[in-house]
Amino acid sequence: MHGACWNGRRSPSLYFRALTCNRLVAYYPAMDEVFKALADASRRSLLDRLHARNGQTLNELCEGLAMTRQAVTKHLVILEEANLVTTIRQGREKLHYLNPVPIHQIGERWIKKFERGKLAALSELKRQLEKRDE
Amino acid sequence: MSKPEYVYVTYIETTADTLWRALTDGDLTERYWFGNRIASDWTPGSAYRFTNAGSPTVEGEVIVFDPVRKLAHSWIDRKPEAAGESASRVTFDLEPRGKVVKLTVTHDELGEDGRTRRSISGGWPMVLSNLKSLLETGHVIEIAAPSCSAKDAA
Repeated sequence: MHGACWNGRRSPSLYFRALTCNRLVAYYPAMDEVFKALADASRRSLLDRLHARNGQTLNELCEGLAMTRQAVTKHLVILEEANLVTTIRQGREKLHYLNPVPIHQIGERWIKKFERGKLAALSELKRQLEKRDE
Repeated sequence: MSKPEYVYVTYIETTADTLWRALTDGDLTERYWFGNRIASDWTPGSAYRFTNAGSPTVEGEVIVFDPVRKLAHSWIDRKPEAAGESASRVTFDLEPRGKVVKLTVTHDELGEDGRTRRSISGGWPMVLSNLKSLLETGHVIEIAAPSCSAKDAA
């Protein structure tokens, strides 16, 4: 039932490079792919939509967006290749899921154990103060 | 069949055998799952249980035990905050891809709201990152156990 994510469009060698400098954790896909995928407001808005409601079809994701269906498809491919979106097939439908695991790994790389609590507190403070903007 | 609520994927440089052991051996889960030890006789239909320092945290029934490909079990949060929540289901799919194994974790059959649903979205990415670190480097990054309290208060 799970399958579609790794679609073979890229050479597998791409996924076997890049050990991180100090911890020897291998990133698949390479961390570069994750940053490139995130460096686009349209793609971030697609992740936001999945964060709000997980497991959407392409049609659902396109609803109310100013992007063409083709553009959404193209962005989803990039997000899938970065492992930020994972897909499963259910019947005739392809469902898209937000996969935050690579984002968590980015956090782990630079956030130390003792910073985590303080950062969470700061995020919460910022969220509370900016509540009106949500 | 309702659609799953959460699907997480990570690629781990290890073998399916090692990853399978990491999912089913309490000595290993304790190291990457914030001190939670899993135990079961691993027969479909029998019980399994996570304990943390001797207290049950999560338990349920083994649904699928297909070494080294697919593991599924129900998920009942035993923490007092989750009292009364119904069982959900967790499925692990392992697919070797050359030098790495693709691990897909699907968590579905969740109730509308509750502690389980809130803790999942923060919990799985941490557990999977820790698991990946342990299998690839032999140790986990020392981070504090996840807590729902900040989110619950909000």
